[in-house]
Amino acid sequence: MKILICLSNVPDTTTKAKFVNDNKAFDTAGVQWIINPWDELALTRALELKANAANNIEKVTVITVGKVDAEPTIRKALAIGADDAVRIDAEPKDAYFVAAQIAEYVKTNPFDIIVNGIESSDYNGSAVGGMVAEFLNIPSVSAVSTLEIANGEVKITRDIDGGKEVIKSQLPVLVVVQKGIAKEPMIAAMRGIMMAKTKPLAVVAPQAIDALTEIVSFELPKPKPPCKMIDPENVKELVHLLQNEAKVI
Amino acid sequence: MSVLVFTENWDGKFKKQSFELVSYAGKIAEMLKTQTVALSIGNVQEDELKKLANYSTDKIITVTNDKLKNLDNQAYTSVIAQVAEKVGAKVVIIANNNTGKAIAPRLSVRLKAGLGSAVSKLPISVEPFVIYKKALSGKAFANVVIKSDVKIITLSQNSFEFAENPKPAAIEAFEPVLSGDIKTNVTDVQKQTGKLILTDAEIVVSGGRGMKSPDNWGPIEELAQLLGAATACSRPVSDEGWRTHEEHTGQTGKIIAPNLYIAAGISGAIQHLAGISSSKCIVAINTDKDAPIFEAANYGIVGDAAKVLPALIQAVKEK
Repeated sequence: MKILICLSNVPDTTTKAKFVNDNKAFDTAGVQWIINPWDELALTRALELKANAANNIEKVTVITVGKVDAEPTIRKALAIGADDAVRIDAEPKDAYFVAAQIAEYVKTNPFDIIVNGIESSDYNGSAVGGMVAEFLNIPSVSAVSTLEIANGEVKITRDIDGGKEVIKSQLPVLVVVQKGIAKEPMIAAMRGIMMAKTKPLAVVAPQAIDALTEIVSFELPKPKPPCKMIDPENVKELVHLLQNEAKVI
Repeated sequence: MSVLVFTENWDGKFKKQSFELVSYAGKIAEMLKTQTVALSIGNVQEDELKKLANYSTDKIITVTNDKLKNLDNQAYTSVIAQVAEKVGAKVVIIANNNTGKAIAPRLSVRLKAGLGSAVSKLPISVEPFVIYKKALSGKAFANVVIKSDVKIITLSQNSFEFAENPKPAAIEAFEPVLSGDIKTNVTDVQKQTGKLILTDAEIVVSGGRGMKSPDNWGPIEELAQLLGAATACSRPVSDEGWRTHEEHTGQTGKIIAPNLYIAAGISGAIQHLAGISSSKCIVAINTDKDAPIFEAANYGIVGDAAKVLPALIQAVKEK
């Protein structure tokens, strides 16, 4: 079995929001780039599955759409343990564009399980996974919190309102994973970091695809009024304010 | 031409978010000077369907088919696409919940329709079609133009004030073409009963590391019970296993937008705020007066949650 993890290269989650170019683009000056947190959990789970020989997983590949500046993030995924990597050499325009690029690659380089994180922490679109599946006309399962393999079949648990569903899916399948899929992201060991330098990283030319959406401008959230402080000895005041001022209880 | 809105049901019933969705669709239909069509998949009684007509729905289409008993993303996408083509949908509206996030991207490819996800307001304009959505996990917002002929929007929960606008909507059954096997199969369902769903809750009471031990959750549970609230927690709490990961609220956990969020013993790391910043009102209880949670909060109490919560419970009981 072959597993593909779709990676997004995103600003570190503590990054402050600043914009340049008439508020049309993120200010990337001084930004630390990381593997999108959910994608990192997806990679971790894939490597856990591969570690069990009974699952018969031949390789775990990571793919990203990005320019050369995304390579440190890709190398990090290789250091954590991915076997090889693919970079589609294009600036990501929108989710449709990214998904189409990944799908085009997979059409000629098939995988049994494709895994996406539930969303990327930059554009929060929650879109690329489902789009890749639709381009490939394969089943997809979203909000996945466990992924197991038994006798060559995948067993997936998906979160639904107020519970969980256990799902069996035909292969190939695309799963969109969320919190719970792995406990903690795997960390690269020194040996992994050394090996990552020599692992294959294929750079693929992009297809000509038009984006369907475009960012016009970014805005910062409106400043909120300062917090009203209430004396801890006078909690009744808080209840009064919640009832009569905020009107939420 | 029309605006199509997919209204999911839960065991044959609609929820508040269903009415938010149809009201929102109704407003966009007004902007486009066209009608609103609601699509319901599965068994829903007529009197329940008619509730949609109270919120600016012009027409209700129902689809019932054994193949659609469980959510199979391919089958649902196919059905919604067929209905969208039938009614000439220019805009398709779907909830930004688990179901919506599963279907909307597929539908975007199927209809070659640009997707605006996690939208929290009406479009800024319809010509060009510009939507307003969160970016950087709520640290910013983006104005995004959707350039395709057909557009898809997923609407964030609790982000749109809905109002009654009754219409004499006709109910029409539609038979979709469902060729081929259903490729995913639900083999087991585990439901928690009697527990409020975190992402649906109007009030949420949440605890952080400042609660000091999982044994100290009694007052959080009690206050939640008293207010009809769901319980949540910060990431360190779920990482430590004090509470289940389903309760983890924040950038990598659940993103919520309740009317009231009470944070006890939560310092308010930027990743936590990303999950709660859309709450209408935030109350923070923390021993550290400089904790960042107070910058996000509307009301704050500097004090030990172990002492403040019991007093708050008492005050709520007396209100």
